[in-house]
Order: sequence, then C-alpha cells, then structure tokens
Amino acid sequence: MSKVQTGLRYSEEHEWLDTTAAPAKIGVSQVAADALGDVVYLDLPEAGSTVTAGETCGEIESTKSVSDLYSPVSGTVAEVNQDAIDNPALVNEDPYGAGWLFTVEVSEEGPLMTAEEYASKNGGEL
Amino acid sequence: MTETTTGQNTDEKRTALYDEHAALGASFTDFGGWQMPLKYGSELAEHRAVRESAGLFDLSHMGEVWATGPNAAAFLDYALVGKLSAIAVGKAKYSLICAEDGGIIDDLIVYRVAEQDFLVVPNAGNAATVAAELEARRRAFGAGAEPEGIALRDASAETSLIAVQGPNAEAILLSVAGSEDHEDIRTLKYYAAIEADIAGVPVLLARTGYTGEDGFELFVGNELAAQLWKALETAGEGHGLVPCGLASRDSLRLEAGMPLYGNELSRERSPFAAGLGGVVALKSKEGDFVGRAALAAKKDDGEGTTSGQRLVGLRGLGRRAARSHYAVMKDGKQVGEITSGQPSPTLGYPVALAYVDIAHSAVGTKLDADLRGKAEPFEVIELPFYKRQK
Repeated sequence: MSKVQTGLRYSEEHEWLDTTAAPAKIGVSQVAADALGDVVYLDLPEAGSTVTAGETCGEIESTKSVSDLYSPVSGTVAEVNQDAIDNPALVNEDPYGAGWLFTVEVSEEGPLMTAEEYASKNGGEL
Repeated sequence: MTETTTGQNTDEKRTALYDEHAALGASFTDFGGWQMPLKYGSELAEHRAVRESAGLFDLSHMGEVWATGPNAAAFLDYALVGKLSAIAVGKAKYSLICAEDGGIIDDLIVYRVAEQDFLVVPNAGNAATVAAELEARRRAFGAGAEPEGIALRDASAETSLIAVQGPNAEAILLSVAGSEDHEDIRTLKYYAAIEADIAGVPVLLARTGYTGEDGFELFVGNELAAQLWKALETAGEGHGLVPCGLASRDSLRLEAGMPLYGNELSRERSPFAAGLGGVVALKSKEGDFVGRAALAAKKDDGEGTTSGQRLVGLRGLGRRAARSHYAVMKDGKQVGEITSGQPSPTLGYPVALAYVDIAHSAVGTKLDADLRGKAEPFEVIELPFYKRQK
C-alpha cells in the first residue's frame, strides 16, 4: 500500500505541499509515484519562474508514460531539486524526502486536502 | 499529475495464476480483456533481472488452438502466410494470419508437436478472433460444412503458459526437470519444443520467448499451473529469478526489436511494411492461401522496400523518449509515426519503433519526434536495439 505522509497537504493532481518549510516545498505523492512506475525524467519549472495553482508547470516521465505536473500553488519558484533531476529514481524511492521537486514563494494556494482526506480518496496508507 | 490507478473491473478475465500474483503484491492492468500483473515492484528491476539472471512470466492470456489431423499441415499452409507444412516435428515457426487484403490479423507461433498435431499460439487480444477465423477458413478449405482430415480445438480456456527468460533460465529448468529430460533440455534448440516433466508436472517445453534472451515457455493445464509456478519460483531463488509483469515484458521486447500486435502490427499494415516479408511464403508455397493475391501485389509494388512506409528502429539522441502515436518529422514535415517508444533500461538511451516513409528509412537518417510540440532528435538505426552475447 502506498504511503500518504501526514503533516503534508495534497492536491487533486497528487502533488504534496509542505508549508512548514519556507519557501514551501512541493513533490508528488507515493500513490502517484507508484502508479507512474519508475520515473526516468523530470522536466521542472526553472528557479525564478512563476507558477499558477492548478496549471501545468512541468512533466514527469516514467518508463511507460508521460504525465503533466501541476503546481498546487501560485508563486515564484525558489529552488529546484537538482539531485532529483540527475537521479529521477529518487521520486520513487523517497517521494516525501530526497525526491522533492521544487520550492515556491507562495502568493496563493490552490484547493488542497489534508493527508486523511487524500488517503481516503486515493487509497493510500497514513 | 493526472494519472491514477484504474478501478477494478469485475468483467475482466483472470488467469489460473491470479492468486499467485496477488500474493506477490502485483499491480494489475487490463490487457486484452485480462487482469494481468503489470509489475510486482520496480519494472526496471524486473527488466534488469531478465537481462542479467532470470524472470518468471505468466502468459496464460495467450491463446492456444490445436489443429490436428492428416490435412492439418495443408490447412495451415492455406490459412496462414507461412509454409507450416515445412516445420519439422518438434520445431516451431513464427507466422502471420492475414486478411484477404493482406492486412495482419495477428502474429503467432506454430508448434509442430507431432506429425499431424500443430499448436497455434495467437496473442491474448486476438485469440478469439484467430480461433473463429481458423474455423471459417477450415470450412472454406474443405469446401463444405464438415471438412475431412482437419480438426480444430480452442484450448485457450484450459491452458496456462509460463515463461522463464534470461541467462539463468536453463539452469533453473534443469534444477527441477526430471533427470531423463536433462540432456534434451540442454540440447533443445531455439524455436523447438519437447514434452517434459518439470517439477513433477507434465508440460510442453519450448525454447521460445519475447525478451531477446535465452528462455523457455511452458504450456501446462490450468489445474497444475500454480504448482508449476511455485516450483519455478522456488527453484529460481538461488539464480536471481524474479516474477515479471507486462511492463518489463514490453520494454524487453522493444529492446529486442520485436513487434507487438496493436502497436507495430495491425490490419492496416502489411507484412512487407512491418519488415516481415520473409515470413510470407509467396515463392515456396505452390497452393493458394488467404491473402496471397493482395500480398503478391504489395510485394510487386515494392511495399516496404521502394514504396509506402517501413518499420524502422530509432535511437533518441537526447534524453527524452518518444511514445506511441507521436509524429515523426523531417525538416518540420510529418514523415511517419511512432508505434512504440521508451527509454531503454539496458542501453541507457531512448529507443522507438516507427513507420516512416521509405525515403527517410535508411539507417543513419536523422529525424525528429514531435514530443508534445517540441522536436526531439532521433536517428534511424539497425534493429534489434539490443542483442544478447551468445
């Protein structure tokens, strides 16, 4: 069963958001990483660019397919995780830790769920 | 992220090994109407296991149709495009069943198990179509409702198929085979089959596969399939064997340059365009066969050699993979379409199969794949992408 980490909030499109960090940190849930299969390529927004809640800001490519990456918040990208770009397998191995994707100076949040709400909707394990 | 796991569809068929897969923690996917394991853990790890040690596959969704009787060989010569009467007993042959217009209905393997007994193995999604088409052709062949000398029996529902693929496949089989079969297994040639006792289970053991590796495929009655699966899993423990799902099966067959029905092969494509002209026995078969006139005309037109499109292998020069249905471009103009594409786990660069206009099909030609609006560079290369060291 895919793990849903508590203390994070989740978007409809399976991104997680950690606002205990400043700037806010963003990644994809293990539910999504498991469904995608082995991630082999990340196309992430560049530092300094602006992202808009609910809109695509990149792509995640796995062995079998390509999925759009949506931003759960609006704001300015502060940092991207170069380690994950260099080794996309981190998204599968540690989606809530070393496999984070980028950070954002948040101007506005999109609709987000608690870990409990996300898990009950997507079948993950808290 | 828009992708989510698919819901359970209770109409989907399950193989006799479904419970084994569930116990191993497989994620399932629909394939040809069957609930099949997509992967058990990481599809890349499964892929590597087959290249480096061994993988265990459930292929029970494939069809099995027996054609038997004194006229079975002549009937198959009429029904399929190859010269099946030329198969020696104990050998197998890759063939195609084509429509009257030359389009491919399915690709399949035919085993000659005895002088008058042939086992035809179509793909899962086409099994019912092939069985019905063979029956219709049996009637046409015999020119009556009850043709003599040829009986067809669709054994798909009662037959399971398990594959052991990879460099350690032979050692694994030998460790569970009856000692009387050891010499036959060691000397079994590629595309040949014997009846054997594997872990106390009687099987038809074939040295065939779809991974580009040495390997075996074992036909077994459903009632003994789980017992055989468990025995092979246990026997493989010291040999690096891991259960493998359809995700790794697809990346393995793509690296080996093997076509997949529905991707590379379809009713819209001829054997010549698919690079399978050698499978069509226009010269060596004297009698008529279904699709002969259309195929002869396509050959005369030079389809796949001087006209039309041809299936080619593409190597990605960048990091990004092209996927099925993406356009293939030359100087901004579409000249073809990707049929399968993935990052190659073994080679470390993206590979793809594509139909491209003959003018752009030569090895070394630089082409672009349209990756959602961005041109990604590819180059036509020789197939297969991956070839094992023998």
